[in-house]
Amino acid sequence: MGRLAPSGRSSTGAALVELRDVSKRFGGVHALAGISLEIPAGTVHALVGENGAGKSTLAKIIAGAIPHDSGELLVDGRQVTLRSPREGLDLGIAMMAQELLVVPHLAVAQNVFLGVEPRRAGWVDRRALRRRYRELASRAGFSLDADRRVAGLRVAEQQQVEIMRALARDARLIVMDEPSQALAGADVERLHAIIRSLAAQGRTVLLVSHFLREVLELADTITVMRDGRIVRSAPAAQEDEASLIQAMLGRPLTSAYPPKLQVAPDAGVALRVRGLAARGVDNVSFDLHAGEILGLAGLVGAGRSELARAIFGADRRQGGTVELAGEPLSPRGPLASLRHGLAMVPESRRELGLLYSRSAVENVSLSSLRAHSRLGVVDRRSERAAAAELLSRVALTRAGGESIVGTLSGGNQQKVLFARMLMCRPRVLIADEPTRGVDVGAKRAIYDLLVALASEGTAILLISSEIEEILGLAQRVLVMRRGGIAAELEGDAISEPAILAAAFSDTSVRQAA
Amino acid sequence: MSTEQEQASAPEATPPPPGRPALRLPAVRWRSAGILIPFVALFVALSIGSAPFFSTTNLLNIVDQQASTLVIAVAGTFVLISGGIDLSVGATYGLASVVFAEFAAHGWDPAFAILAAVLAGVLVGLANGIVSTVFRINSLIATLAMSFVVAGLASLVTSGNLVLVSNQGASQISTAQFLGVNMSTWVMLAVVVALGLLLARTTYGRYVYAAGGNAEAARFAGVRVNLVRVIAFALSGGAAALGGVLDSARVLSGNSTNNTTLTFTVVAGIVVGGTSILGGEGAVWRTVVGVLLIALIGNGYGLLSLNPLYEQITLGAIMILAVGVDAWSRQTRG
Repeated sequence: MGRLAPSGRSSTGAALVELRDVSKRFGGVHALAGISLEIPAGTVHALVGENGAGKSTLAKIIAGAIPHDSGELLVDGRQVTLRSPREGLDLGIAMMAQELLVVPHLAVAQNVFLGVEPRRAGWVDRRALRRRYRELASRAGFSLDADRRVAGLRVAEQQQVEIMRALARDARLIVMDEPSQALAGADVERLHAIIRSLAAQGRTVLLVSHFLREVLELADTITVMRDGRIVRSAPAAQEDEASLIQAMLGRPLTSAYPPKLQVAPDAGVALRVRGLAARGVDNVSFDLHAGEILGLAGLVGAGRSELARAIFGADRRQGGTVELAGEPLSPRGPLASLRHGLAMVPESRRELGLLYSRSAVENVSLSSLRAHSRLGVVDRRSERAAAAELLSRVALTRAGGESIVGTLSGGNQQKVLFARMLMCRPRVLIADEPTRGVDVGAKRAIYDLLVALASEGTAILLISSEIEEILGLAQRVLVMRRGGIAAELEGDAISEPAILAAAFSDTSVRQAA
Repeated sequence: MSTEQEQASAPEATPPPPGRPALRLPAVRWRSAGILIPFVALFVALSIGSAPFFSTTNLLNIVDQQASTLVIAVAGTFVLISGGIDLSVGATYGLASVVFAEFAAHGWDPAFAILAAVLAGVLVGLANGIVSTVFRINSLIATLAMSFVVAGLASLVTSGNLVLVSNQGASQISTAQFLGVNMSTWVMLAVVVALGLLLARTTYGRYVYAAGGNAEAARFAGVRVNLVRVIAFALSGGAAALGGVLDSARVLSGNSTNNTTLTFTVVAGIVVGGTSILGGEGAVWRTVVGVLLIALIGNGYGLLSLNPLYEQITLGAIMILAVGVDAWSRQTRG
């Protein structure tokens, strides 16, 4: 099959990749149905759609990570069959997946040239490796040290390693699946600059993203998908956020956020944190009132998740106190916290949240099985009834309680996690990035749920990297920086510039990374 | 192929009318039935190919010979599902047979001897559990090391000799008959049913699946993962001891050797049955089928007087197939 001449690089307009009537089934479900799409060389092409719309599947087919069932895939006008990402690479197609695929214990340069190391008599030529790395890095405009171990890099830097790896293989098309999801602040801006410069060098970028503003800003063409089909593919200049959302949902979305409620002035303190110290958390104190949604903003790495984990008891406390409704909460771990009415929806549902091979019902009841059992024997009828009620409350659509959680979409998985926490009837709920990797429709359902819970008196600590989400939901905002609270904003003082200013105020030194 | 059918049945049959989530009975999961196909095929083939195979005596014999292996493997299933592995069962089996034989030989009541042996096994299991959870030593290594310690202790007691039991009453535990079936088979059935219910029906069983499926998620959900795993190891240790008692009562002697063949037969039975070596998935009935499938192969080779050298090769091939199917189905489900 061999490498094709990189002729498409300069000739914008010619289709680098073309799909004709491509379909893909997982079991009996059509993940993609009759997709026809052209991606011209030298453009930024965006794919948007709700979770489960088929964007990632389409991206993976183009990169060779999964095979398509029927239809034709053409690269440079020639029909190809990609059986592995390696065959995609041979044709100049590289993929940057959601979970980055770097080797943590190797240095940056070794990762970049992994598998294509310059050799001399069978040995890796380290000097040539370093020289080539420097050339490549300067060409790409990156300043990562060749010898740093990848394990110590931030996500944004690891992405740069992946991009350089694609460039080292002379990739003409780079497929990026949700590249900015794990980034915050300045790193997002840097990523955008990188994508623009890739396009300026004549390379093609296929961008899968939930962030409509990002897509509108970067893409030449935007393809909207829904239920495994293409709704439309149009120049970005003809789209705006409202038109994209309407196309994704198939209906207009009236408002992204439910109306904010006022906290009763006499609401008691549900959670009192004083002088809390833990790994990544430095002397944090605050109060959270019953019925309040308190936003916790800050850059990734500012210590928000660490604070949440320390309060919940998942990480060891090094000092300070936590009180729930006036009673001290001893740091004896998640079980003790749950029993005292403190629940947490953790940041990563895959690593910290769900049992992917078990059913939705089992996942929902896991934290409150004791309430649905007698002498240690699970009362399945009571368990199912309670889980069904909660699943309908969180509006779990298109799937019953017996579905294996791993087969559900991201939004539905998140709803299962919420249902589990609701079953614990918490007085205080910590929601860490509750809408990460969740589609627009499910986002609104989760917002509605948070507001409804607050109106019933639950105190909510909402951690989010999406500032709009904090602005739309929180009555009060804490901004974290370097493990401490940098600012507290309330009422009219809550604004995007104010949050950003507090989050960034002394980061000018570190911004270079 | 079977996996595709499973996937197809899961999402397709589920769409409930909005607002009324349909809770249906669990669909037949084809992958879970997969192990039954070779089992039934072999059973039918042997029934046709060998006249003495399909007789009450032969079938009861197979089950009775596997009684101790089944008891140990069924408890070991808990360890595997909870995310560990117990390689010390062969040694614990030997230790228990020695403890039982020593007490019985010195004139103690057989019931007390059984209790002492099982208690010794539970203690070994607790040690395994604590070392592998609290001290965070990989259970493969921890239990392997423990097997040397335990086998050493057992040899120390017996100075490496067989311990003969003259008390004929002790053999009743295994060889007494009830309804024409040996006591050891009844004991095995009781253990299988009890542990089957424990795994499938109780909160503890759920926690076992949770601990092995995703330990950190289970912890965040309020499951005491370490405790769950320690209990699983204690069950495995106690069952290994009970297995040792059943067999040494049958032969009226205690043998301190580390029975590594037993250890690997147990792990093979669990894995062939389809319980995942990575934890989080499996079932007691699978282990029963897995162990019996291996036993059928042995029995078949004997009855058909085939070269027993091929028996091991067949067993190895079946294990690789079983684990391969597991890995493959995990991938396609992604």
